[in-house]
Amino acid sequence: MFSNPDLMKFIFGRLTLESLPFHEPILVVTFIGVMIGAIAVLGLITYYRFWGPLWRDWITSVDHKKIGIMYVILAIIMLVRGFSDAIMMRIQQAIAFGGHEGYLPPHHYDQIFTAHGVIMIFFVAMPFVTGLMNFVVPLQIGARDVAFPFLNNFSFWMTVAGAVIVMMSLFIGEFAKTGWLAYPPLSGIAYSPDVGVDYYIWGLQVAGIGTTLSGINLIATIVKMRAPGMTFMKMPIFTWTALATNILIVASFPVLTAVLALLSLDRYLGMNFFTNDLGGNPMMYVNLIWIWGHPEVYILVLPAFGIFSEVVSTFSSKRLFGYTSMVYATCVIMILSYIVWLHHFFTMGSGASVNAFFGITTMIISIPTGAKLFNWLFTMYRGRIRYEVPMLWTVGFMVTFTIGGMTGVMLAIPPADFVLHNSLFLIAHFHNVIIGGVVFGVFAGINYWFPKAFGFKLDSFWGKVSFWFWQIGFFFAFMPLYVLGLMGVTRRMSQFDDPSLQIWFSIAAFGAGLIALGIAAFFVQIFVSIRNREALRDLTGDPWDGRTLEWATSSPPPEYNFAFTPIVHDHDSWYDMKKRGHTRPLGGFRPIHMPRNTGAGFILAMIAIGFAFGMIWHIWWLAIISFVAMIAVAIGHTFNYNRDFYIPAETVTATENARTRLLAGQS
Amino acid sequence: MSMHPKIVGRLFAFLVLPLLSGCNMVVMSPSGDIARQQADLILVSTALMLIIIVPVIFLTLFFAWKYRQSNTEAPYDPEWSHSTRLEVVIWSAPLAIIIALGAITWMSTHKLDPYRPLDRIDAERPVAADVKPLTVEVVALDWKWLFIYPDYGIASLNEMAAPLDVPINFKITASSVMNSFYIPALAGQIYAMAGMETKLHAVINRTGEYEGFSANFSGSGFSHMRFKFHGLDPAGFDAWVASVRQKGSSLTRAAYQELELPSEKEPVRHYSTVDSGLYDAILNMCVDPSKMCMKEMAMIDARGGGGLDSANIVFQLTYDRERNWGSIGRQSRPFLLAQCTPEGAGPGGSEVLPPQSRSPFPSFGPSYGKGGDLSQVSSGTVLR
Repeated sequence: MFSNPDLMKFIFGRLTLESLPFHEPILVVTFIGVMIGAIAVLGLITYYRFWGPLWRDWITSVDHKKIGIMYVILAIIMLVRGFSDAIMMRIQQAIAFGGHEGYLPPHHYDQIFTAHGVIMIFFVAMPFVTGLMNFVVPLQIGARDVAFPFLNNFSFWMTVAGAVIVMMSLFIGEFAKTGWLAYPPLSGIAYSPDVGVDYYIWGLQVAGIGTTLSGINLIATIVKMRAPGMTFMKMPIFTWTALATNILIVASFPVLTAVLALLSLDRYLGMNFFTNDLGGNPMMYVNLIWIWGHPEVYILVLPAFGIFSEVVSTFSSKRLFGYTSMVYATCVIMILSYIVWLHHFFTMGSGASVNAFFGITTMIISIPTGAKLFNWLFTMYRGRIRYEVPMLWTVGFMVTFTIGGMTGVMLAIPPADFVLHNSLFLIAHFHNVIIGGVVFGVFAGINYWFPKAFGFKLDSFWGKVSFWFWQIGFFFAFMPLYVLGLMGVTRRMSQFDDPSLQIWFSIAAFGAGLIALGIAAFFVQIFVSIRNREALRDLTGDPWDGRTLEWATSSPPPEYNFAFTPIVHDHDSWYDMKKRGHTRPLGGFRPIHMPRNTGAGFILAMIAIGFAFGMIWHIWWLAIISFVAMIAVAIGHTFNYNRDFYIPAETVTATENARTRLLAGQS
Repeated sequence: MSMHPKIVGRLFAFLVLPLLSGCNMVVMSPSGDIARQQADLILVSTALMLIIIVPVIFLTLFFAWKYRQSNTEAPYDPEWSHSTRLEVVIWSAPLAIIIALGAITWMSTHKLDPYRPLDRIDAERPVAADVKPLTVEVVALDWKWLFIYPDYGIASLNEMAAPLDVPINFKITASSVMNSFYIPALAGQIYAMAGMETKLHAVINRTGEYEGFSANFSGSGFSHMRFKFHGLDPAGFDAWVASVRQKGSSLTRAAYQELELPSEKEPVRHYSTVDSGLYDAILNMCVDPSKMCMKEMAMIDARGGGGLDSANIVFQLTYDRERNWGSIGRQSRPFLLAQCTPEGAGPGGSEVLPPQSRSPFPSFGPSYGKGGDLSQVSSGTVLR
């Protein structure tokens, strides 16, 4: 029927039936599983007639709290994918010894480690921290939403679109086989002619738009929308770290966008920025991508530091020690994170003075980081520490992260890096700081703010189970990698000769299994908590005896967050208000001006998926139509004047009175 | 809290494990002086950092235990949040360590700069004035390693040998993608990149057979991109050279072009002769005689560039696309070639150099497009 190859090529680009991985049993089984799951979810939504509310209250929502929650849900879903990749790698490396090829051929294995890195950084860690910032920051500064609510919705859906693009590569075509930063010339068209790198590029470009816009949004929110009296030096530490992180995002993500755009020009238009020939130079790519890549590490970890600061102070029932030095440490880290990127490629042949300079700047970062650790330490000193789940994660972090910091400084010494670079020692190091720092921080944050978001606490037994499996599993999974690194084992290997290595890989695989139980326990924790929600209900809005403004409002907060904008006199403003005998205003409510929901962000993001798909598969008509459609929708949206509404004073009064009755019943 | 003994135990295990000799920690107990010094640096820096790390971990666990809520005897001071004296200590203690470490870093980075010729054989012996270093030219291929010994006129694939206590000067390049040349027992790694040369200076102090490999992911054959590095006594090395000379085939340009095609798990191969200038041609990406060498292009650039006439030489400079790994079966896409070739000179056209006086190219006529030294190329064809 379709005998005309030119027509086929025009319609489908380079997409053919062979692009679908029917020959990969693992993928076919995965696909069937995903389909069954999807049908079940869609069926449930239909059964419970949830489509309307889903569209009205969630997909089109511009409420920062709902968007924050959706970011975290996205991150949790992608964590499952990224962790599946991790388990597959651990099993492969534990069995592929002495001529045994394991169960993953290089073609598959190389995609898995690339996908693992990309997904864990861009679609797990980033949405986790962005989600928490989105949810918490406006509440902490006493605002009713972010500065640009529509932009916030658009940013979220662009991040989802990026994740969808990356996930599509699992079942249509393949993903990049280059490592998570796609160094050229390997990622160039000559050595990676397939669609994998194009999936990588467009997934990150689409998500990158979301991340950059969300950074702009949160900076504007923090700078312009703080409650009266909240000067910069009275901001909660989490908001400070969010500010630093978003400044880093805005300053560094454009570099990523630019370098990926240059790589696209190489791949699509035959340009020669990073090719070996015609004046191109792959070293420029490495240089540029790490100018983004190093700040990215701090983009992830600074908000985690902020979470630990809030948690340690709340659960020690004590003021944070050294607030001012904490703020300065955050800012110093923010600035220094820009002048260390070269330590990722000491071994690329730069001179000794250059290497030494960047090695020393890297070490200098450990000074403010060390100061932060001491500050948390002396916050615990003379405190009354309640070992709720967030605090367990925090103490676990302080021990684990310290070890990761130490190995990081070792890697910062160029001659030591020459023997440790690219080795499993390096892998152990960055998992040590990213799991021990970011992941522990995120779990602390989820356990800490969950009651604020949903009105009931998470079950603490399963939370503790999850923590201990993660904590012990981490040591089992990554300490062997330090050892293997010192045995001269390099990263990204799919097969090994030396049988003496196998025991260490087996221990690491066991550790990964423990972490899997930790993740499972987290899901059980959520399930159990929802089932027992009445027993875990938080009626006060302040379940932990909190210190910052988010605990001043109800749990979950009303749509407008605060009926009256609070006035701030001190950092730890809610603690300060409680101490002064603050009373909730009970009357005199006025209509509240709020932004109206819109579907434009979702529609734009879905069209962006079409655009990316067209670009990836060279289906030019689709790319062109999608691009024009995106511009048209964006312009069309500017004519939408129906963007805001007032919550009537009666509604506010009713909501607040309901809370008053609840609180009265409480006491 | 029941966690601290476990964590301390694990921490102890972590600190002690690297010291276990049971599991061949080649990075910590290498056989070459450079790697030895790098390992020492790891030990020194670890010791320095433990001055801070151990108290921090200890205090964390101690405070976590002592100030638990149930211990009502511990002092509780909810407003205490500042102490200038303590602040000075917590900023200056890490600072002091970093100053010490920074000084060590500055000195060791210069001393162990891979580009710096050696001045010692090991801790006791300086390099003798009359010793001639061994030069080895390393080429990272897909996915195997080629070692050329210009002093001996021999080459070896996936096997390298060096005499004890003789400084080795490595010159390192690659044929296509980025790799990293690493023999943990000998010295730290350095990237191998096409069209560029990196350097490494090292010496092996103990006889033995050591592992060498690529440390930077380079595609599907990466896991098997390994070779044996033999540290041999002088007699052993001479015998190795003799056996290579005796049994090896010859590494001509044609043989090299065959060899550089992607392949995995290549057996060790020896070459008794190597075409003169082969390494230089590899480095300049012009083993294929129809290609212009990089250094010639650089010279043109240094003289102000080729202007519009550069369009004529796109094909001669196209390197990556000629050798793609495509599984989709696409051949080189003559992007620029098709559009910008001036009238009368089609892609690969024979008359590529219009003899115009304003063109900077004619001055390079003699060597242009010949891929360096052509004496070994039998066909003599220069341009397609």
